Amino acid sequence: MSLITTLARLEAVSSGRAQPVATVRHRHLSARPLVFVPLTTAGEAGAPLGALAGTDRDAPRLLVVPQPRDRDLRFTFLADLADTVLPYIDSYAGSVEAAERTETDPETGQRVKVEAELCADAPQLIVPSRAGLDFVRLLGRSMRFRRTAEQDPEAPYPAPPRVPLLGRWLTHYGERSRVPGSSLLLALTDVLSRHWASGQSALEDQHLGALLAWIDPPEGGCGAAAARRAELARDAAGQLLCPPAGPATDPAFDNKLLAPAIERYDRARTALAAAEDALAADDRLAALTAAEREVRDLVASRTRPTWDAVWRGLDLLRALPEGAHAEERWTRDRWSFTGHRDRVLAGEPPQPRRDDAVTAANKLATREREQARLEAQEALDDPLVMAGRRLAGEAFTGEVTDVVLAYSEGKRPSPRPLVTVRTDDRPHLAERAKVYRSLGGRPQSAELAGQEADGVLVLRVLDKMGRGKEPEPGSVPEKGDRICFTLFEHEQRGGARLPDPEDTPWTHGGPPGEPAPEAPDTVTEEDVL
Amino acid sequence: MTTADLAPGAAAARATDAILHDTVHGTERGVVVDSPPGAGKSTLVVRAALELAEAGRPLMVVAQTNAQVDDLVLRLAEKNPDLPVGRLHSSDTDAYDKALDDLPQVRTSAKAADLGALPVVLSTAAKWAHVKVDEPWRHAIVDEAYQMRSDSLLAVAGLFERALFVGDPGQLDPFAIVGSEQWAGLSYDPSASAVTTLLAHNPALPQHRLPVSWRLPASAAPLVSDAFYPYTPFRSGTAHGDRRLSFAVPSDGSGPDRVIDEAADSGWGLLELPARHTPRTDPEAVRAVATVVRRLLDRGGAATSERAPGRPLPLTADRVAVGTAHRDQAAAVRTALAELGVADVTVDTANRLQGREYDVTVVLHPLSGRPDATAFHLETGRLCVLASRHRHACIVVCRAGIGDLLDDYPSTEPVQLGTLVKFPDGWEAMMSTWDHWSEHRVVWRP
Repeated sequence: MSLITTLARLEAVSSGRAQPVATVRHRHLSARPLVFVPLTTAGEAGAPLGALAGTDRDAPRLLVVPQPRDRDLRFTFLADLADTVLPYIDSYAGSVEAAERTETDPETGQRVKVEAELCADAPQLIVPSRAGLDFVRLLGRSMRFRRTAEQDPEAPYPAPPRVPLLGRWLTHYGERSRVPGSSLLLALTDVLSRHWASGQSALEDQHLGALLAWIDPPEGGCGAAAARRAELARDAAGQLLCPPAGPATDPAFDNKLLAPAIERYDRARTALAAAEDALAADDRLAALTAAEREVRDLVASRTRPTWDAVWRGLDLLRALPEGAHAEERWTRDRWSFTGHRDRVLAGEPPQPRRDDAVTAANKLATREREQARLEAQEALDDPLVMAGRRLAGEAFTGEVTDVVLAYSEGKRPSPRPLVTVRTDDRPHLAERAKVYRSLGGRPQSAELAGQEADGVLVLRVLDKMGRGKEPEPGSVPEKGDRICFTLFEHEQRGGARLPDPEDTPWTHGGPPGEPAPEAPDTVTEEDVL
Repeated sequence: MTTADLAPGAAAARATDAILHDTVHGTERGVVVDSPPGAGKSTLVVRAALELAEAGRPLMVVAQTNAQVDDLVLRLAEKNPDLPVGRLHSSDTDAYDKALDDLPQVRTSAKAADLGALPVVLSTAAKWAHVKVDEPWRHAIVDEAYQMRSDSLLAVAGLFERALFVGDPGQLDPFAIVGSEQWAGLSYDPSASAVTTLLAHNPALPQHRLPVSWRLPASAAPLVSDAFYPYTPFRSGTAHGDRRLSFAVPSDGSGPDRVIDEAADSGWGLLELPARHTPRTDPEAVRAVATVVRRLLDRGGAATSERAPGRPLPLTADRVAVGTAHRDQAAAVRTALAELGVADVTVDTANRLQGREYDVTVVLHPLSGRPDATAFHLETGRLCVLASRHRHACIVVCRAGIGDLLDDYPSTEPVQLGTLVKFPDGWEAMMSTWDHWSEHRVVWRP
């Protein structure tokens, strides 16, 4: 945790309110996101209990599995979820714009520009908390390898149509959410705690209700007390007033309310199956429907508060103006979405269970590059973030007190002006360290040429001054300017190209070979994980 | 007869011969050499390079930083001034040490094609990753292979047929700036070290170990070996009487002077400040470090070693280094030293001190003043680097209470299926070094 975040948290504790740690919104928010509030069953990984999903805050779709251990009911749930999510995704797949993409020409090996389609916008999924991200990945994994009867008539446990497709999309979104700065799938608690520092620990911040209580406490109330209430307060029956955002549910709810309701549902179902005549069946069907209704109401009662909280959180975030570079990162999200759309359309198989060596290395390289890019862009977009970097000695702001035009040695001397900057910051500058400033959105570099006195730095400007002997107007700081230099680079260099997977070297086990279809679980053959 | 019965020089020579034999005449595609701190790794790399060049095998050398590459080029040029050597470098300004320009046999270029015909070409892993060749090199030497990440080996492994991998398994592991738990347990986890991946896929490769540390004195080798290399012990190449550190100016009785005398006498010194939770750049501890350095230089230190028995060499600023865990701590120490008028003393983080050697080191303990012990601060390699840079003595500066802190914060890193659990863990290494250093404790209230 950086010093400035620690300070903000201390201030939050003493003032009882979360403190802003950003002045702009660093993540793109779609105008029409799909919010997904899932609940899972205790004791069985990947057994959904129900969910609220939808794009209309006033009309979420409630999906419930009245007996979570019943695989048929689970598939019905997943099919319903696919009917909710896939049309939303499809609605973005059709609208495209022309764009250019760099590709390696297979014949010449040169990098060439090719025309490509880019989806004009991309669907955005919001889950309440980080545990929700993991659940999306788990759902994706449990669905994408399944086969429908249409794909494989021999499949012993055919999945409903579209379920494997939903699995592939959720997998793609889950994987994309690991890329720093991406916004296709967001955990609201992560985004909120990027913008506000609460007076509680990072772990406690994963409780959406408590975090919102710190950020937006009830009128005249104290955030700390409201957060405590959100976390712990129970009604007379022992139930939490603010149910956890899930996917895990409160044990008191499971034991006191849910388990009896599910048991009643089971009994009603057994009774219906045992009905001997139509009249009895009618009655028992009504009893079953009532029992199912009861479970539905319970699930609704535990997801609706979270659903409303998610939208409230989105409102808070929308009140912040979007950071200047967020759009650029969203464009990369759109490329990611378009790329997966194309892979699905091309009939490619689902994402493999494990990455091969080359894919894993490429993903890691991309994420590290995006992380460095995100950190630089957030600082450039937001003076408060930059203040944190300045406090950490990674940037400095100062006033230009002198500019002397000097030239490089060599046949064609180029301008290398010496700029003297007086700063109150304490950057960790080594001799000849490079520093960067933003000049019209492009980074101009300079190096430390000397340190005159405490806080007086002489910098030699190195580039972005044009080709002529005289620097282009506006390209050199002038006396009296207040400028901000960073010690970190603003743009990231592309990494080296790794070999193709079929050329994996001997040090990494050689080529991975042809992918084989995933085998079902050895214990429960109806699962393919 | 085991190597333990041999004299250190003979044991080391035997290990080196076996390594060179496997490298030049062996049939396996790779040879792995583990080298504890100061065991002559660079010497080995240079010798192997010369022998391979002599055998007429085109050789590429992969090191991790530009400084390491330049150092190897200079050593090669010194050993064999007739051998043409290529230094492949990036197109940045100051991409390589300008001293190379003075060597007629060294050709520098940013393009691999310019250097293709030379018997030996050296560069960093990052630069090699951009090189494309039709015909791979017959042989490669990968230096600091334990600090190289698996993904950067993946990028260069196609360039060579066979390779010698040399490195120190006890130093800092490579790291990624983003989470990589997703691949934990995979044999080719891109964030793991290159050697881990290599051995997971090629378990039959011959593995060797250099058995003698020539840098660490007899006072330090047993502790470093036991604490950080419990299953692959090594010993010091020198005996207890071979090295001596003495001071012309007697102690003034202050804490810094007493700890200097303790360290001169026993090889270790622990200057313990009163327990306190502090920010990372603890002003008192930083000042204590700077004062110790100042007194080391003021007191006219002289170091006698086996290199020149009976002829003490003055302990100058360039023979002293300060090691810290964090960069801001290093910056704070530099500022404090400047205030005391000390120049030319190296102050750096563990990461940057890897592979370097000094007569005396002053270390700000990674856990000093901390309220908690995180995985970063408990990392075995970090402490190992800090505790193994010296030829004569190491002085640790620390707040009291490390023992309690360690008791409060046992290692809690999740165990991942399929990953090799590293022994010893950082917690254990912290505890055993702390126990040892406590015997050389000087309590001081600044």
